[in-house]
Amino acid sequence: MIDLFGYGAFFLSTALIFGLMTLGLNLQWGMTGLFNVGIAGFVAIGAYTSAILTTPDVADRVGGFGWPILLGWCAAAAVTALAAAFTGYATLRLKSDYLAITTFGVAVVVHLVALNAQSLTGGPFGVAFIPRPFAGVQDQAALFNALNLGVIAVVTLTVYLALERLSRSPWGRVLRALREDERAAIALGKSAQSYRIQAFAVGGAVMGLAGAVQGHFIGFIAPNTYLPTLTFQVWAMLMVGGSGSNRGALLGSIVVWAIWVGSGSISAAIVPADLQARAAALQISAIGVMLCLILLWRPSGFFAPRSGPK
Amino acid sequence: MNLQFLLDGLIAGSMIGLGAIGVTLTYSILRFSNFAHGDFMAWGAYAALAVVGVIGGSTPMGPLSFGWPLLAAMVVAMGLTALLALALDWVLFARLRARGQSIIVVMASFGASMALRSLLEFLFTSSPTYFSRAIQIATPIGLGIRITGDQVALLILTLALVIGMHLFMSRSQRGREMRAYSQNPALARVVGIDVAKVVRATWIIGAALACASGVMVGVLVQIRPMMGLDLLLPIFAAAILGGIGSVPGAVLGGLIIGLSEAAAVQFVGAEWRAAVAFVILMAVLLVRPMGLFGVAER
Repeated sequence: MIDLFGYGAFFLSTALIFGLMTLGLNLQWGMTGLFNVGIAGFVAIGAYTSAILTTPDVADRVGGFGWPILLGWCAAAAVTALAAAFTGYATLRLKSDYLAITTFGVAVVVHLVALNAQSLTGGPFGVAFIPRPFAGVQDQAALFNALNLGVIAVVTLTVYLALERLSRSPWGRVLRALREDERAAIALGKSAQSYRIQAFAVGGAVMGLAGAVQGHFIGFIAPNTYLPTLTFQVWAMLMVGGSGSNRGALLGSIVVWAIWVGSGSISAAIVPADLQARAAALQISAIGVMLCLILLWRPSGFFAPRSGPK
Repeated sequence: MNLQFLLDGLIAGSMIGLGAIGVTLTYSILRFSNFAHGDFMAWGAYAALAVVGVIGGSTPMGPLSFGWPLLAAMVVAMGLTALLALALDWVLFARLRARGQSIIVVMASFGASMALRSLLEFLFTSSPTYFSRAIQIATPIGLGIRITGDQVALLILTLALVIGMHLFMSRSQRGREMRAYSQNPALARVVGIDVAKVVRATWIIGAALACASGVMVGVLVQIRPMMGLDLLLPIFAAAILGGIGSVPGAVLGGLIIGLSEAAAVQFVGAEWRAAVAFVILMAVLLVRPMGLFGVAER
């Protein structure tokens, strides 16, 4: 019973962290129409920033700052926002495809830095001993899991409410106006580029925060957590949930993560061990096909409210 | 100083350039950046591998590691890759293009790329394979540069393909139609250019060249499902550096990226190779977003 609860808490915590990333993407894509193919890179920037600032001192790596976890999270969001703002600044005055290509490059380069800049990121072995919230009660598994789920739920809820608030604010209205009719919005004196950079930066901050929360939840990060598959999962979550809707983003994350974990454990149970890697490849392929099918037949997703602000 | 990196860069650059021709044409004619283009390369390489398996390899020709069967297989694979691209266009891209939001097409290509790549991994596993495991002896050609027979053959093949592409785009009727459509779609329709044929030609050329480049990577390096994804960033960077829509620009951009990567391997360290394309891409976007041979956006 305790085990089941522990597993449920773990599952929900992971799903909510994905939900945070999807909320960030929803601000960029769903509300502003900015295409980000480098989600994994921005999540990694956040995760590494917080990990480096909060971990105890280790030989051959920058560190030992010993910041409190919360400060680490804020720094993660800030640094990722800066990286996203710069990416946006370089590309958003150009065609929309250039942003996509550049974000793709950001993910490649961040992964490369994580892998090779050993003195900063610990190289392929990653960063260990990231302080976990409530580490003091780590021996009481149930309490520890529940408290962690609580923390993640509070962070997610805060971000959700803030984003809902933002999307109803004048700022959010400008973003929607820019997405729907750029010329009209510009004619009203709104700088398209500046608003888009802001939206991209805020979305990036949420992704960085998600990365930091994930790092502290697991207590360990390594470069290969942040591969294109992660970007892909987050996109699938948003498309299933319905882009443009924060509620859809959260529900989509939970549903897609459940499908992902479920199909993974089914294939682990029935597929022989030597074919596991192939089964995993097929799983990713299926997600890709699903993404295309949703684009073709159900572009508004499954969980977005039918009416209301769009 | 060892000048070998110049030759290595030239060869890597010609493969990138061949890939970039397809990207630049897709972008200028179909108006979207195709993230699945790298996977056409990988599919092309595996298709050639499968065809070689069927018709059987033969004794290598002279100083080369491959014989006529591989060249024949490459031609067949180019056709197969073109079919793959046309099929993908038919089930996915054409339908989304008709809705008029180009960024949705980009996203679909992103989904398709993931599906295609993982499917290759499912069919052939992620471990690398080779057309031939024979070891090539490199011949010194002066200045400390050594070259293998395969490298010479593939450089000649690239040159032939690029010259052929240039003649096609500048002399043939279809090539002129493609350029006209990329410059002004509305006017091209008005003068009676068959858009469906232009779109088809774009996919066929892009996919066939991607396949050729994939086979070359397979001959010189190895065949892996990830090979296309790894080349995607250099290819995009080359297409943008050369100027979107320009075939000579794409090739030149590819050569510049290839040479810079090789120089980075020589002077900075092999582990940073993949960052070179990104640095060049950012520099181009910040300084001259239209690229070397591009025209200002209308």
